[in-house]
Amino acid sequence: MAELTIKQRRQIPRHAMPAQEAAERRSNFSEVALGYTEEQAIEEANRCLQCKKPPCVDGCPVEIDIPGFIGALHDGDKEESLRILKSKNSLPAICGRVCPQETQCEIKCVLAKKAEPVAIGRLERFIADWDLERGAATPEVAEPTGKRVAVVGAGPAGITCAADLARLGHSVTIFESLHAPGGVLVYGIPEFRLPKDTVYQEFGCLECMGVEFVPDAVIGKLYTIDELLGEQGFDAVFLGTGAGLPSFMRIPGINYNGVLSANEFLTRVNLMKAYRFPEYDTPVKVKKKVAVIGAGNVAMDSARSALRLGHLQAAGVLPAGPEEASTEPLEVHIVYRRSPVEVPARAEEVHHAEEEGIIFDFLTNPVEIYGDDKWNVCGMRCIRMELGEPDDSGRRRPTPIEGSEFDMEVDMVIMALGTSPNPLVFRNADDLERSRWGTVEVKDEKTGLTTKPRVWAGGDVVTGAATVISAMGAGKAAAGDIHRYLMNGS
Amino acid sequence: MYELLEKEYVTDITIMMVIKAPAVARKTQPGEFVIVRTDETGERIPLTIADFDRDAGTITLVVQEVGKSTMQMGKLGVGDGFANVVGPLGHATEIEDFGTVVCVSGGFAVAPMYPITRGLKEAGNHVISILGARSKDLLFWEDKIESVSDEFIVCTDDGSYGRKALVTEPLKEILEERGKEVKRVWAIGPAIMMKFCALTTKPFGVKTIVSLNTIMVDGTGMCGGCRVQLEDGARFVCVDGPEFDAHQVDWDLMMARQSYYKPEEQLAVERWEHRCQLEALA
Ligand SMILES: Cc1cc2nc3c(=O)[nH]c(=O)nc-3n(C[C@H](O)[C@H](O)[C@H](O)COP(=O)(O)OP(=O)(O)OC[C@H]3O[C@@H](n4cnc5c(N)ncnc54)[C@H](O)[C@@H]3O)c2cc1C
Ligand code: SF4
Ligand code: FES
Repeated sequence: MAELTIKQRRQIPRHAMPAQEAAERRSNFSEVALGYTEEQAIEEANRCLQCKKPPCVDGCPVEIDIPGFIGALHDGDKEESLRILKSKNSLPAICGRVCPQETQCEIKCVLAKKAEPVAIGRLERFIADWDLERGAATPEVAEPTGKRVAVVGAGPAGITCAADLARLGHSVTIFESLHAPGGVLVYGIPEFRLPKDTVYQEFGCLECMGVEFVPDAVIGKLYTIDELLGEQGFDAVFLGTGAGLPSFMRIPGINYNGVLSANEFLTRVNLMKAYRFPEYDTPVKVKKKVAVIGAGNVAMDSARSALRLGHLQAAGVLPAGPEEASTEPLEVHIVYRRSPVEVPARAEEVHHAEEEGIIFDFLTNPVEIYGDDKWNVCGMRCIRMELGEPDDSGRRRPTPIEGSEFDMEVDMVIMALGTSPNPLVFRNADDLERSRWGTVEVKDEKTGLTTKPRVWAGGDVVTGAATVISAMGAGKAAAGDIHRYLMNGS
Repeated sequence: MYELLEKEYVTDITIMMVIKAPAVARKTQPGEFVIVRTDETGERIPLTIADFDRDAGTITLVVQEVGKSTMQMGKLGVGDGFANVVGPLGHATEIEDFGTVVCVSGGFAVAPMYPITRGLKEAGNHVISILGARSKDLLFWEDKIESVSDEFIVCTDDGSYGRKALVTEPLKEILEERGKEVKRVWAIGPAIMMKFCALTTKPFGVKTIVSLNTIMVDGTGMCGGCRVQLEDGARFVCVDGPEFDAHQVDWDLMMARQSYYKPEEQLAVERWEHRCQLEALA
């Protein structure tokens, strides 16, 4: 291929992501973004200026050699491109889909100053999908070291840590409290954004590498951390238990029927497959006027799932109870106390949500939830907010406007207000230091070593609710340090 | 898979199952529960552990065939298994030598009450047990309960066995006669029964413990679907309970929350019965 000049490269427009039409995808749970074709990917790779000091790499939490992998793709060497990606990121098909690129690598791309940045995430996904399609080979495993590691929690942090340690020849057992591995990737993020097949393909065949998976194992109850290190004979423990504890607002009516945490709603829909009720036993209610409180990824996922369930019900695919069968039109609101500028969700998800018809109520905060005589939600009192001075997070602090209360007609309220680490795993582990927010204190972020001997931690349990890429990175870093410890004994 | 080792109908609609789950049995204490899922399409349902044998590595569960999942359990045979058994979950019952205690169980809650009664008896308490059921054919395990009780009262709503009374009647009499002596009351059974036990004991100021069976998904504090409103705020039944001070519970809200998915449960039962009929014809 003839080399393009910088000017020519700059003239290529950013390639839009092929996607399912909004009208169609509203009534299915299939993936929305379909992925680039090979031509689109190579054309998009052509836009990269191959900067000598690439700013995009600084924006990447795991410092992927971005121009490197894009350059190899552009040269037609997908194998090399994949190798570069995988040397830093074990989960590129997942991260290519869910990373907040617009606040990490793409925002730093030099092109972003004048035009649109290179679509780094979409290229990452393209290479990773190509690899999954051809059927990834089982990685080679080193000679057994005779050392045993217990990994607690099968989210991206735990899975990455387990795979790296197994590859180095250690005997790894993963303990997971739910019945399936994946953590948030499986119980939280919906199929239409991250297909579960992709997740499991990317995890690869962990059993082939000798990793033992133990589901239904709630550490803290079934075994304590000390028991894992003692009678169960493990040499080291990695905690990747995430931040799974939901928070509810402290307002009147919060416990009425029809007020759910996003965790409950999404777990019913994703992990328990309630969107296929009654083929699957777990039900989920679909109401006509749904308010989702919050505007992060969790809120977008909840709102868009609720919308899909509503449309499936209207189409007669999901059975409707007498109350839901009404012909009233479906309305799904995102209620957020700040303004559009502060929305923490990925830009692409907000854009998709808008296209699908989600209604955004900004600068609005609930103050009370009303219930009917059967304790079912029948309305919500809200207050308008205005933005004041920046707070600790650097975002302008929302304050209520006195006397601006108004009532919203709603019959379902989903709380998507952020989560904190579930303390169950820490039962009888008082020597493990934790912060005031319940997150595990690590001595060094680069290793994840905790204050408890032979115990490492990483991912959301250390950082609080964060991102898949940072959890993956923490799992990888801890695996390196655990390996060092197991081989040197210090 | 968690193998079903023994299965017995203790009444026409109540099944007792002994399940192999050595790791769970090893840790179980009275008052704790498990979450079980029958198969890949099944729901996760909480069941209080009715008995456990650490040496044999088994736990005993007792269920009443009321919904699709429990009806499906009725179809399981010895040698079949459960896809998942998670536990032990929740806090164990606070057991010590209180003095005189009353254990009231209604319907199939005799099962979860058994290990608690046994524990209280072993700790040295004078245990008065009150068993209640709608009628004689719904009663079971009277002998087991009686063997770990100092005093034992059975009543049925229709008088077909024991005394014709609701459990709250003997409970009230005992409190009137020996109110000062009774240090604690346990009440486990249908929500409505627990609510009325709470109302009965309240005027006497006797601490009353109930074990709540709210709707659950994960059983580990992750969803909040199980939350219950107490006087001083909400609690998650799965991790903060399942036992609570009965006088603190907002019973009406709890009962409303328990029945939130009733129409869906009804639909699942109809669909299951239809499938069973078709299978019977084939
Ligand atoms: C709905 C939703 C959408 C999101 N969208 C995005 C997104 O678009 N992009 C992005 O980058 N991030 C997103 N996130 C955040 C991201 O998913 C998390 O940061 C990431 O999954 C954290 O990984 P982890 O491995 O630390 O923990 P988790 O994924 O939470 O996994 C922890 C695992 O540990 C298990 N566990 C917990 N306690 C115990 C115990 N005591 N014993 C045994 N096992 C236990 C849990 O069941 C779980 O499987 C989203 C989160 C949610 C909830
Ligand atoms: S900053 Fe943009 S143009 Fe430069 S190397 Fe990174 S992706 Fe390519
Ligand atoms: S069952 Fe989910 S938090 Fe209790």
